[in-house]
Amino acid sequence: MRWTSVLSFLVVGALIMFAAGASWIAPFSPEETFFDGLTLEGAPTPPSAKYWFGTDLLGRDLFSRVIWGAQTSLVIGVVANGAAVLIGSVVGITAGYLRGWVGDLLMRFTDLMMCFPALILAIVLAAIFSPSLWIVALVIALVNWVQIARIVFTQTVSLAESGFIEATRCIGATDTYLLLKHILPHLVPTILVYGTLGVSTTVLMEATLSYLGIGVQPPIPSWGNIIFENQSYFTTAPWLVFIPGSCILLVAVAFNLLGDALQEKIDPNSKPRPD
Amino acid sequence: MFFYLLNRVMQAAALLVGVSLITFLLLYVMPADPARQIAGRSATPETVATIRQQLGLDQPLYVQYTRYLAGLATFDLGRSYAQKTQVTSILASRLPATLLLMLAAISAEIVIGLCIGLVGAVWRGTSIDNGAMVASFIGVSTPQFVAAMAMLYTFSVTLDWLPVGGYGELQHLVLPALTLGLLGAGWYARMMRSMMIEVLSQDYIRTARAKGASGTRIIFVHALRNAVIPIIAMIGIDIGYFMSGAVVVESVFGWPGIGQLTWQSIQQVDIPAIMGITLLAATAVIIGNLIADIVAPLIDPRVKLYPTR
Repeated sequence: MRWTSVLSFLVVGALIMFAAGASWIAPFSPEETFFDGLTLEGAPTPPSAKYWFGTDLLGRDLFSRVIWGAQTSLVIGVVANGAAVLIGSVVGITAGYLRGWVGDLLMRFTDLMMCFPALILAIVLAAIFSPSLWIVALVIALVNWVQIARIVFTQTVSLAESGFIEATRCIGATDTYLLLKHILPHLVPTILVYGTLGVSTTVLMEATLSYLGIGVQPPIPSWGNIIFENQSYFTTAPWLVFIPGSCILLVAVAFNLLGDALQEKIDPNSKPRPD
Repeated sequence: MFFYLLNRVMQAAALLVGVSLITFLLLYVMPADPARQIAGRSATPETVATIRQQLGLDQPLYVQYTRYLAGLATFDLGRSYAQKTQVTSILASRLPATLLLMLAAISAEIVIGLCIGLVGAVWRGTSIDNGAMVASFIGVSTPQFVAAMAMLYTFSVTLDWLPVGGYGELQHLVLPALTLGLLGAGWYARMMRSMMIEVLSQDYIRTARAKGASGTRIIFVHALRNAVIPIIAMIGIDIGYFMSGAVVVESVFGWPGIGQLTWQSIQQVDIPAIMGITLLAATAVIIGNLIADIVAPLIDPRVKLYPTR
């Protein structure tokens, strides 16, 4: 195993631990404002023995907020990305297996959705709905299923045309049986790879939407909205930006490296995605 | 070639119609009532009704869409709620800044990305290669706003080499272009590396080596040209992406382009402006892909003009 994969597993492990155990690990409540959390001039305090990562603009403990932010990121990573993978796989398999006008319709729609830059579409959707954690997850899922649908479609088409599927059909297998027993298992590796890489994309997108103020809304802490809230102090208290920023970066790198390592295991001759 | 071009242009046109339909439907499901928005807070119901009639919002959906399409044909995207002027003219005034940033950012991406990818492929499997690939992963995994703020903090606040933000002179362009370039270069580096590795394992490269061509000649004369085809497709994607995708970088650096307009429009819930930007972004993606498809066969004659699907 590569050292990058080991490091990535450690980061993912830490993310899950902090997210699941936030209420035990975080020293303070993420929403509690402290009297000694601000200087006499009302500015955030730098990292200290009591507040490990310093305090934010309202005098809240940044360390606790960052740990609770891990929960937000994990929820988005699992729910939004899971939904995107599910929608993409269902669309891709249906279109690839049924072909005909249903397949054409689904894939033309996918092509159409690919014309919209994901971030812009997410911004529009987030502007239509009033943002909350679940709406953000939904919006991210709605813009990220497209690539997976394309890839799963291509694979399903070549699988459905292969000899062993035809042979199984000849001995009387039903469509449901073929799909579940023979086609789906062959798609699992691909779905796994893109599911892993997708966590990176979704975590980054949540951070960006929250940074723009249309993602997860305060007081629920998310790494993106911590930076959004504190950016006016960025020159005097840079840790408020760079600590949560590094967390986003670490998680995104970890899932990207894991996805890449998985892909190399499954298909050593694969090429990187052209996006 | 002519039929290939015609086919691609027709496809692009069909996609454009589809894109306009989706943007229109999004506009229609918006909970905010445009008539009420334009009338303002203190308007009477009669005023709102009059405006609704003037805008044709009381007409059936298909009539509205036909009007919307007719508007698009004459570059009429409606009026901005916030600035009370035509969205088209606002977009046009923002376009030069965005195009300039796009040009600089894509150039930076290509230069940085191709160099890293080339180094990775030539020293494949060594620690140089590993380092280059981890660096490119870090590039594609960094949130743009964190990178932008790190650049600002280092080069403007601490070192005081470059201005914090603004527009007009070359020094204003450096940081935003470099932020986008450094992050985006990761995709180019990975693509370049994998294409170069594939090309370098071809028979004709071995032949060139056997007849005594030098390493540099093989890489720059024989291999490079054959490795850049997917890079052209990526540039096409990037052209579309940067028309709108620089939202974050433009708003951090105060770059007065379409990205900053997007951010301002979100803050003001200026729906016609947001929809105009969406339509422009999707159009740019379609045109970017079209350009890439037209340029690719010019560089590599082997590119299939008729996809076999």
